[in-house]
Amino acid sequence: MALEEKAQRVAVIDYGMGNLHSVASALAHVGAGEVQVTCDLDAIRAADRVVFPGVGAIRDCMAEIRRLKCDELLAAALTEQRKPVLAICVGMQALMSRSEENGGVDCLDIIPGQVRHFGSAQTGAGGERLKVPHMGWNEVKQSAGHPLWAGIADNSRFYFVHSYYVHADNRDLQAGALHYGVEADAALAIDNLFAVQFHPEKSHTAGLQLLRNFLEWNPAC
Amino acid sequence: MGLAKRIIPCLDVDNGRVVKGVNFVGIRDAGDPVEIARRYNEQGADEITFLDITASHEGRDTTVHTVEQIAEQVFIPLTVGGGIRSVDDIRTMLNAGADKVSINTAAIVDPELVRRASERFGAQCIVVAIDAKRVADVDGAPRWEIFTHGGRKPTGIDAVAWAVKMAQLGAGEILLTSMDRDGTKNGFELGVTRAITDAVDIPVIASGGVGNLDHLVEGITQGGADAVLAASIFHFGEYTVPQAKAYMAERGIEVRR
Repeated sequence: MALEEKAQRVAVIDYGMGNLHSVASALAHVGAGEVQVTCDLDAIRAADRVVFPGVGAIRDCMAEIRRLKCDELLAAALTEQRKPVLAICVGMQALMSRSEENGGVDCLDIIPGQVRHFGSAQTGAGGERLKVPHMGWNEVKQSAGHPLWAGIADNSRFYFVHSYYVHADNRDLQAGALHYGVEADAALAIDNLFAVQFHPEKSHTAGLQLLRNFLEWNPAC
Repeated sequence: MGLAKRIIPCLDVDNGRVVKGVNFVGIRDAGDPVEIARRYNEQGADEITFLDITASHEGRDTTVHTVEQIAEQVFIPLTVGGGIRSVDDIRTMLNAGADKVSINTAAIVDPELVRRASERFGAQCIVVAIDAKRVADVDGAPRWEIFTHGGRKPTGIDAVAWAVKMAQLGAGEILLTSMDRDGTKNGFELGVTRAITDAVDIPVIASGGVGNLDHLVEGITQGGADAVLAASIFHFGEYTVPQAKAYMAERGIEVRR
């Protein structure tokens, strides 16, 4: 008999940039005990796990992240309390050193690396024109094994919507690769942090499985 | 392998019920939008588009509530359109759980709305809907113009030039509907689809006229669309989403299975 699992309290960091309900309802759907959408330090400290989402333009996101001191919330979760943190889309991009978007924006530099534009006039393997934003369901190559990939077939499709992509300096951090004209980091893993460019909350069964895995992930083990 | 072409069932919603008219007359009732959205989610639809066709006359509260209910149960992207006029309207729909918002008439009245919305929320969630109708050819070349008010009112705006302008202003995607074909089941108007997909770098969703699975294939192979949208062939059970995907995959189109 497995021990009864403790209901997981998840804090979704809210810095006022768009739709966080999808993330919250998807987490609730896969069994999170309590999901709080918050930018309150005490609530983050009290949570078992933290999700750092994000949509929108990076300059506005970074301005709000700094104004609401979400960088301090992240630091508390990541390094002080060392609890599992999942960053999604612009949340992932915000962790990097710098983004090319909006004429160049300094980001949190938690993961050294760049956020670059896909560039226009890219072509795919078959010579077809690649549209930007990169929007839709693309395959993610699981470049490294990770508990968050449990039960998800390699090269499963996830839903992406972005015009800028992440390239971490340390290539060993890549957990998932995306090919869209260039190779981009679809997922990065470092200790208790997992960051994804795609939207698991919009990626149907594969995405929900990843969120379920996140609720069960114990990086200390 | 690469990015999959998307199949997007569309829910035209009137007073909280999914309907689909033939050229906007003879409306048939197809059911509860939340139930239908959930069915498409389970079938493996790649996205769902929700168009509030009563928006210009009715209160928005029903729509917001329906969008909230869909977003709680459906874990694929949801686009909401119909009656979106301002940055506040967009914020309301995104907060209700929409992932993208489709702007149509408001972009014609105030093109700068597209720029403001894109700067505020990001291009990824701003879809510009274009309702195009074929008009008299110029020098033997076909020409399509934008019509508003369900295809009744001409604007004099060239549809292809408009798509280019919308992309420049910050639209992240174009939802192109042929008003000549919408509801006819005769297939997409491939000429305008090809002209617009060739003219812009952003993804284009083809819409209007799907009556069978070959039409979906043509929208992609001949029209060059990144996604195909259909309503009645799915609503009335003629085809399921998996059938459509299997059919497309057999013809060499990459789809999510």
